[in-house]
Amino acid sequence: MNNQNYEHIPQEMFQLAQRDANIHDTKLETKSRGYFADALLRFRKNKSSVVAAFIIGFLILYAIVAPIISPYTIKDKDATYVNYPPFIEGIANLGIGIFDGSVVHESQNETQLAYWRGIAEETGMDPVIGIVGTHETVTKFRGQDRVTISYKLKTNKYYETGIQYRVLSYEEFEKIQQYQNETGVQVIYPYVESKDIFDLTNPNIWYKVTDTRGTPELDADGNFIPAYSTNKNMEGAEYNSIRIEGDDGSYIYSIKKSGAVQVRLCYYNYYKYVVGHEPMFVFGTNSMGQDLFMAIGIGARFSLVFAVIVSAINLTIGAVYGAIQGYYGGAIDLVMDRIADVLSAMPYIVVATLFQLHLAPKVGIVPAFLFAFVLTGWISMAALTRKQFYRFKGQEFVFAARTLGASDWRLMFKHVFPNSLGTIVTSCALIIPGVISSETSLTYLGIINLSDFAGTTIGTLMSQGQTAMTTSPHAMFFPAIFFSLLMISFNLFGNGLRDAFNPSTRGLED
Amino acid sequence: MVKYVAQRVLLMLMTLLIITFMCFVLVRMLPPAELPLNDTHTQVIEARREAQGYNKPYLVQFGIFLKNVLTRFDWGVSDKLYLGQDVAEIFISKLPATMVVNLYSIILSIPVGIALGICAALKKNTWIDHTISTLTMVCISVPSFVYAFIIQYILSYKLGWLPFLMKAGTDYFSWDMFVSMLPPILSLSLGVIAGFTRTTRAELTEVLTSEFMLLARTKGLTKMQATVRHAMKNCMVVVLPSIFGEFIGIMSGALIIEKIFAVPGVGNLYINSINGRDYPMFMMLTVFYTTVSLLAAIVVDISYGFIDPRIRMGSKK
Repeated sequence: MNNQNYEHIPQEMFQLAQRDANIHDTKLETKSRGYFADALLRFRKNKSSVVAAFIIGFLILYAIVAPIISPYTIKDKDATYVNYPPFIEGIANLGIGIFDGSVVHESQNETQLAYWRGIAEETGMDPVIGIVGTHETVTKFRGQDRVTISYKLKTNKYYETGIQYRVLSYEEFEKIQQYQNETGVQVIYPYVESKDIFDLTNPNIWYKVTDTRGTPELDADGNFIPAYSTNKNMEGAEYNSIRIEGDDGSYIYSIKKSGAVQVRLCYYNYYKYVVGHEPMFVFGTNSMGQDLFMAIGIGARFSLVFAVIVSAINLTIGAVYGAIQGYYGGAIDLVMDRIADVLSAMPYIVVATLFQLHLAPKVGIVPAFLFAFVLTGWISMAALTRKQFYRFKGQEFVFAARTLGASDWRLMFKHVFPNSLGTIVTSCALIIPGVISSETSLTYLGIINLSDFAGTTIGTLMSQGQTAMTTSPHAMFFPAIFFSLLMISFNLFGNGLRDAFNPSTRGLED
Repeated sequence: MVKYVAQRVLLMLMTLLIITFMCFVLVRMLPPAELPLNDTHTQVIEARREAQGYNKPYLVQFGIFLKNVLTRFDWGVSDKLYLGQDVAEIFISKLPATMVVNLYSIILSIPVGIALGICAALKKNTWIDHTISTLTMVCISVPSFVYAFIIQYILSYKLGWLPFLMKAGTDYFSWDMFVSMLPPILSLSLGVIAGFTRTTRAELTEVLTSEFMLLARTKGLTKMQATVRHAMKNCMVVVLPSIFGEFIGIMSGALIIEKIFAVPGVGNLYINSINGRDYPMFMMLTVFYTTVSLLAAIVVDISYGFIDPRIRMGSKK
């Protein structure tokens, strides 16, 4: 090292380093990212939440669109097509096993096979989709083995309904004949007197039978022998329309029935005549004979709108209450907390019941229901807001604002509240499924019946489906699957949102 | 600690009293159930109503109600569902079914739930963890009546392994009864299992990343030893209180599950009393359910202090 001692450095040798330039921070090269942008980015990273958001979107779309595109309204209740499985004629004809209105019949014997064949031959719509299985039973009969074969059949429940007896007015009878002439669709079939078929009352038996069980009497070629009535004395009204094949004009198509006529009509075709199109139930029908596809949409509309309204009200009340609690603290906090404690300890089923009994006759069932949800619903919101207020109220920017003379109210809602807004709003996404779930359980239990107001609700649909669970599981299955999807996706979405808006989990998931 | 417990219990009694009073007044404000004419019970019930102070001011009625309940455990007589019978007696006769079903359910679900939670936490971010976490999420989101339907449809109807409804009778510990109780037990368990799995997993993952675990490993404990002796102990601080809470809660029957599977229990009775507008019954069950939930909350809170000395110290302030 060459240590030199400079004792007298001349002034000229000094140079100012920054004479012209101002000293300041260099601007950040990177783009700055705000709180919400950051949250959105982190939310998008959470794949399951994004998928859930899309599913929610789809379900909401379904709720809006399904009742519009369905050919049915909530008031359309069919007395015959009750708990019928999903059916769309065009897809059923493809024979790919979906939307074919199929039900399975166990242990069918030859007589029953003949019965199905009878329907197929008369109406031209074969109810039997296929034989799923055969079962042989060997029984000893007078010392000899006798084999009885029984079949497991898959049949189309819509075609299987076949013919029904109906009493029609004369005008109606005329109108159907006109309809038949215009479209060529046979609705009314020749009448069969029960005395000709061993007093059987089943309208689907149109052939000669040999016993009361309905075993058909077959001719030499193995064909049915028609048992249609030709008794002109019985005839109810003149029939001038298309006749079935093999009718030489002698069959009668109706009988007198006290000022009206009784006919045998093919229900499927009659339905077309009444409604204007063939039955088309994408999700089948429920126990009220309503189209499930549309009914689920109607129920979901109510649930979603109701849940959003409840959440909005709870958010407002809870925010104000929690803000006052958190901001003032001390004795006010303690008293308000006790009030919230007492209210939150009330079982919600009690609140709902009592509100319904007291308020529903005065203000209507839905407002009463709404009050019941609001009464205890805001408490969690208030607790959340209170916590946020405790977090922010001691911070410098609040002191600064106070020093500048801001009022309490202004401090609360201009300075503290916006900071806690993210957390509070995201918790809404978790409250909505809670409300939907409680609402559905209450209507499922039948404690509250909203059918008059909303048409139907998911809970009502499920309780209707539950009653016929074994014979028509679809009536429970479709509302249940819709509801479960809604619940799961809302919870996933809510959790994702909460994590995204929570700065303390930042960077943890990577 | 004693002071804290006493404080909490007093506060609970206050809450309970206020809720009871509110419900009581609201119920009494409703017109009492119409009694059938020409029934032997009608006169009895009317005499009882007179004694209970109907038509007097509500505060007086409430006083009589409290006195009857506290001195003789007299909750009035049912005036709709079980005409003329003592409400408390009917309630007590319904209690065993609920308790047995709930007891089996938590005996099944707590170990399973905790085991799954531990499994998920130890295998964090593997396919095992993802599967368990997803299933947990689904079970928590989907309400119980949906999986009650699935269980009833698949196990009872399609496979025919289990009966549809719970067997009638009071032989709660026979094998037949146990089999017939399985569907409600399973339906109840799924939610509880999911709850325990979630709590255990969350707690254990947090504990496993803490520094004393590193220390334990550094001083030579195997992973197994460290987990069982240090991590589990700390994780149980959160899990154990909720187990106590569950045990308190066995008395209150699940409303929907009991209805679906025809369990002759308290939850079923509650729904019937609501739908049948049997106010004395409704009143008693409301008080009962409120008490149970308040009690469970208290037990959970206090047991934190008993289990974890750190929390006990904190409560002194």
